Parts: sequence; structure tokens; C-alpha cells
Amino acid sequence: MMPDTIPYTTHERPDTGLYNAKIGIWLFLASEVMLFGALFSSYVLLRVGSTNWPLGHTILNVPIATFNTMVLISSSVTMVMAWASLKLNNFKKYRLYLGLTVLCGLIFLVVKGFEYNAKFEHHLFPSTSTFMAVYFTLTGLHGLHVIGGIIVNAYFLGPGSKMWFKEPERLTNRIEVSGLYWHFVDLVWIFLFPVLYLL
Amino acid sequence: MSDTNHSSHKQSFWRTYIFSTDHKMIGLQYGFTSLIFLFFGFCLVMLMRWQLAFPGQPVPFIGKFFGEANMPGGVMLPEFYNQLGAMHGTIMVFLGVVPLAVGAFGNYIVPLQIGAPDMAFPKLNMASYWAYFLGGVTMLVSFFAPGGAANSGWTSYPPLSNIATMGQTMWLFGMVLLITSSLLGAVNFIVTIIQLRTKGMTFMRMPFFVWAQLVTAFILLLAFPPLEAAGVLQLMDRLAGTSFFMPSGLVISGQPLTISGGGSPLLWQHLFWFLAHPEVYVLILPAMGIVAEVIANNTRKPLWGLRMMIASILILGFLSFIVWAHHMYLTGMGTVISAFFQTTTMMISIPSVIILSSLFITLWGGSIRFNAPMLFALAFLPMFGIGGLTGLPLGLAIADIHLHDTYYVIGHFHYVVAPGTIFALFAGVYYWFPKVTGRKLNEALGRLHFWPSLIAMNFIFMPMMIQGLAGVSRRLYDGGASYAHAQGVLHLNVVMSVAAWALAIAQIPFIINLFWSIKSGERVKSDNPWEATTLEWSTPTPPPHGNFSTPVEVYRGPYEYSVPGAQKDFTPQDQPKV
Ligand code: HEM
Ligand SMILES: [Cu+2]
Repeated sequence: MMPDTIPYTTHERPDTGLYNAKIGIWLFLASEVMLFGALFSSYVLLRVGSTNWPLGHTILNVPIATFNTMVLISSSVTMVMAWASLKLNNFKKYRLYLGLTVLCGLIFLVVKGFEYNAKFEHHLFPSTSTFMAVYFTLTGLHGLHVIGGIIVNAYFLGPGSKMWFKEPERLTNRIEVSGLYWHFVDLVWIFLFPVLYLL
Repeated sequence: MSDTNHSSHKQSFWRTYIFSTDHKMIGLQYGFTSLIFLFFGFCLVMLMRWQLAFPGQPVPFIGKFFGEANMPGGVMLPEFYNQLGAMHGTIMVFLGVVPLAVGAFGNYIVPLQIGAPDMAFPKLNMASYWAYFLGGVTMLVSFFAPGGAANSGWTSYPPLSNIATMGQTMWLFGMVLLITSSLLGAVNFIVTIIQLRTKGMTFMRMPFFVWAQLVTAFILLLAFPPLEAAGVLQLMDRLAGTSFFMPSGLVISGQPLTISGGGSPLLWQHLFWFLAHPEVYVLILPAMGIVAEVIANNTRKPLWGLRMMIASILILGFLSFIVWAHHMYLTGMGTVISAFFQTTTMMISIPSVIILSSLFITLWGGSIRFNAPMLFALAFLPMFGIGGLTGLPLGLAIADIHLHDTYYVIGHFHYVVAPGTIFALFAGVYYWFPKVTGRKLNEALGRLHFWPSLIAMNFIFMPMMIQGLAGVSRRLYDGGASYAHAQGVLHLNVVMSVAAWALAIAQIPFIINLFWSIKSGERVKSDNPWEATTLEWSTPTPPPHGNFSTPVEVYRGPYEYSVPGAQKDFTPQDQPKV
């Protein structure tokens, strides 16, 4: 070991069985769980304390959100495929699948944009009611997470993919880590969808 | 001094000093910035102490520089007092103590003590510092916003904070940056400690300081996000007109508010204290870590009950997440909930007492070296003890009814954070300065710093408890002058204020010492001037890029002092067993 270089950036440490970034992303996701957990708890507290809370489907568009749920789930599948392609040494397929993942993310955002716009046209704003406030805040924050994921994946699709030719293992790890994040974002939506739209 | 220096690649000024990714430089950046913020936060409180001691009298000399909006004719306005109070709390906690304890000491010392070449993610480390820096700048700039800085206390309780001036919005943005910074730091610390321990450095051979930083990092990681959530909700309330924290039927200055309503001010308190109680352990655990290192080194004894101390600090970390509502007994949340939080609060005092007792027992029969770091570490013990014991009544709802929001509370937690944590941080500065610079801080100036500070601290915070028991509320702009029940203890305001200014004067020897010793302090003759056992003393002085000139291996526990039969009274961790 050169004293200058940081160990276990690519290979696992034998006694922990993990490389650095993998622990890092799990810790980060733990903090994200606390963030969304706090927001969900706030939602529960506000709903329990309110006298008239509307049912989600009477205000929100369930078919559109169902479509969006499908889109996100598909993107999680393509994300796994992208990682598996690298594991199988198939760089072409990797770019295809990662490209599809980014595309799905964008579709999700565009659909969400239309949904927001429809609400505004019906004069439904965050300030209209606490239900709308919860809806816009939670989906907005989730949307920001989607944007973050798209940026990261787009980077690994473009300039970041060059790493394949020098440090293939390291790129594979990075895609695994970015995939874990992406699945989390997907998972948050799978919670949000029934909580906001159905219950 | 060692002459090893293998950092062959010379880097530009910017890469070395400003946008460095070396944990030691980042630690120093954190150190300097947070010391400046600590001093600034102290200046704010010195201004407040004038108003408390001499309400309504113009502030001498400097009063006229604060402008008509804050101090017309040099007399402090209540609005300005509120800004000073809120920003004092915020700056001391989030920009002073935590960045110094974690960002500076943690960053500099942890990789050295576990034998790592750097932190696991050097670039994130740099990003963490700059997020902190920007958060600090946002807070400072907010003083110039229309209506001034945040003025709803460091707790920012709504509905008041929701309708407060623009400074509150900047406070929220600043907090989001600071939370981001501490999140990046926390991930980095945990990964570093788990992954980058050198050969032989098992968990049970880690110094107590590293344990303290590990638990602290977990607390930061998991407790801050709920505050971030709360911050987002409050930003929505302030900017998008939502009513998360605004109940229906609010009337302001006779005008009913036109809002959708239905929100809950109590929700904020829950989210806020879910962070802010664990936060007090973020303020105290690294301090305990430093004190443990200094005490083991200067008693020349292993820490008594080290395993129990480690178990205690882990239990403390867990329990700190389920005591938050002991700050909310008076909100009417119900006796059952109160009973739960009273129980957990009493439980959490046990591990704290164990740690403190272990440190006390370590002193027993040691041949103690009374140098400057040790004096501060020793003073930490009774001061933190007073702070902790005075907290017990606050944990019981029945006593808290009387004491809540009085100066007793202010006195209690300042004993913990000022003569407690701050003294521990001073101990750390005196202790590790020779490793960073190759020179010792001057001992005489150190004593001149220590004794007046110790005396002044007690003259500031002990009278606060007396006032609080007499029923004087905190956050009063006139220090209680307009209340009949406060008249008997009003004279103490002058005592406390004079002591606060004396405390400022007592810092002058320290500031002189710091700058003078960097250039002209006594040079250390070895890499291990205190004859310590932990790994940071096995590096060259100052440690070069990459820290260790040869790979290190650890063969023994962290505190092998005065081992019977050993050649010397200390056996470094990297000394092979024969
Ligand atoms: C060492 C010198 C210090 C002095 C003389 C001092 C003095 C004061 C005073 C007089 C108040 C009460 C203001 C009021 O209720 O109207 C106060 C509040 C506070 N102080 Fe300090 N303090 C010092 C250090 C610290 C440190 C080191 C910390 C934290 C690490 C700290 C954190 C706070 C907090 C959180 C508040 C509550 C602010 C609020 O009401 O929102 N202080 N301090
Ligand atoms: Cu607490």
C-alpha cells in the first residue's frame, strides 16, 4: 500500500466485505430515510389533527400517476440491467440501458410537469389547503431527487463513461452506487403514490 | 523533528491552502473559521450583556456604529436584542462548537489515530467545508437583510418565525447549507473509521476519541434530516403560503390572517427537538473524547473502565434519539407521553455519569502532570458535572413546570457547553498544537488563560441559575427589570456582565499565545513530545501529505501507560510485541 493512496476505493476490505463508496451510499440513504420519514410523520400528524382531509383520488389524477409509477419501476429495471451489462463486460448494452434509465426519468418529470400545470389551471396551489401543501412539497422534493439522479446518470452516460477504458471495475462500482440511489428514489415514489393518491 | 517528507508533487497555493483535499488542511480551515465564529458569537452576547446589566442606557463607545435601525442614540432596540440572541445561539452551536469539535479536531485527528492516509472521500470533505463556509456567510449577511437577522430564537418556533422578517428565510437557507455540510462530513467520518483502520487497529483498540467521533457522526447523520424536513416545511410556509405550522384562526395585530390554516406549531417543536436534543450530544461527545485522551496521557494511566466507557457512549448515542420531548413538557402533549420521556431522560443520564465517573476514577493514584491541556481537561470534569446534574430537574415534568424557559435553563446548558465543551476544546488545542506546528504553546500564557477563564465562567453562569430559581424568564430584553419578582436578583445582572467582559479579556493571552507560538514557540524535540501512546504521535511533525512515512501496524490497545515491566511508562500502539 502506497501511504498516499486511499485503500478500498475499488476493492472490498476483507473484514468488512465492502468498498468505501458502498458504505457511503448506504449511510446517505439512511439519512434520506430519516428525511422522508420525518415528512411522512408530519403528514400523518397533520392528517390526524385535521377535521376534513380530502381523499386523494377526488383531487389528484390517479391514472397519470399510475403511468408514472410504471415508468419509474421500469427505470429501476433498466438501471439494474445497466450495471449487469458492465459486469458482463458489455459496454454497448450498458450505454443503452443507462440511456433508457435517463429517458424514463425525464418522462417522469415531464408527466409530473403536466400534472402540476393542470393543478395550477384549476387554481390549486400549495397555499390552497394543507392537503395540496403536502402534495406539492412531497412530490416536489421527490422531483428534486429525480433530477439529481438524472444528472448523475447522464454524467456516467457521457463524460463519466470514459472511466471504463482505464478503471472498468471502478465504473462498475459507481453504477452500482448510483443504482442504489435510483432504487431509493423509486421506492420513495412507491410510498408517495398510495399515500397521496389513493388513501 | 523528523525530516521525512515524501510529498513529491508540489501543489499550487490554491490547491494547498484554499481548495485542499488533505484532511489536515481542511481540519485547519475548519479550525480557523470556527474559532472566528466562536469569537463573533461571543461578541454578540457581550453586547446583549450590556443591555441586560444596564437596560435602556446607551452602549458606550461602539453604540453609535450600529445605526438608527438597531440602536437609535446608542440604545439597543428590543428587535435588535432578539436578533443578537437568536444569532448567538445559532452561531455558537452550528458555526462554532460543532465545526470546531467535529470539523477541525475530528478531521485532523481521526485519520491519524486510526493510521489512515486521509479521509475516505477527500473531495466530499472539501465540499463539506465549503458548504459550511457558505452557510456561515449566509448567516452573517442576514444581519443586513431588511428587518435584520433571524429574531425568533435559535429554536425558531412558529407561528412567530413564520411571520418574522426576511432574516428568518436566510436563516433557513443557511441551515440547509450547514445540514448539507454535516451530512457530507458524517458519511465521511463513518466510512473512514470503518474502512481505513490500519492493520491491527481493531475496533477495541481504537482510542476513545475515535469512538466519540463515530457516535457523533451517526447522530449527525440521522438527527439532522428531520430538521432539514422542518426547514423545508417552514420555507414553504414563508415563501409558498402553505400552513404547515400555522393553525386556523390566527390574528396578528388585530388582523385575522388569510391562510388556509390547519397546521400545527407543535409539529415544528417535535421536528426541531428531534434534532436539537441529539445535537447536545454532538456538542459534548467529542469534548469527552478529547478530555479522555488528555487525561490518560497526563495521569500516565490507562483509562479506567475503557470498555464500559465505550459501551456507555454507544448507549448514549441510541438513547439520544428518544428523549427529545423533554423540552416540551409544557406544551400540553399529555401525561402519558411526558411519563415516557421522563423515563428515557433519566435513563440517558446513567451512561453520562458512567463516563464522567470513569474519568474521575482514572485520576485516582496517578502521578498527574499539570500542564495547560490537563488543566482545561481537569476543569471540564466538575464543570460538565454541574451542567449535567442541574439538568436532572429539567428532565422531570414536575420540576420543569417551574424551571422551563427561565435563566436556570440557560445556566444549566451553558455549564455543559461553555466551561464544559469549550474548555475541552481548549484542552485539545493545547494538546495537539505541537503535532500541527512542531512547537508548544507557552505554558505561562496557558495558565494566564486558564485560571481567569475558569473563574469568569462560574461568575457568569452560576448567578443565572440563582436568577432562574427566582423565576426570571430567559429572552427578556430588560433582564427582568420590569418584573416585581425579579427585583431581588437584578443586581446579579451586573455581576454576570462584568464577568462576561472579564472572560473576553481572559482570552487575550490565548490569542497572543496562538499567533506567537506558531512562529516562536518552544520547538518540540521529538515527534511525541507528550510521550503518548496513540498513533497520531508516530507521524512526522507536522504530518506530511499521506500522514505516515512508512506503513503502520498496531499491536496493542490505545492506553498502555505505566505497564509493569515495560521499558518506559508508555508503550505506543505501533510498538511490536517482543
Ligand atoms: C462563553 C460565553 C457565553 C456567554 C457569556 C453566553 C451568554 C448567553 C446569554 C446571556 C444567553 C441568554 C439570552 C437570553 O435568553 O436573552 C445565551 C443564550 C444562548 N446561548 Fe450562550 N453564552 C456563551 C456561550 C455559549 C456557547 C459556547 C453556546 C453553545 C455551544 C451557547 C449557546 C446558547 C444558546 C443556544 C442560547 C439560546 C439562544 C436563544 O434563546 O435562542 N452559548 N447565552
Ligand atoms: Cu434535550
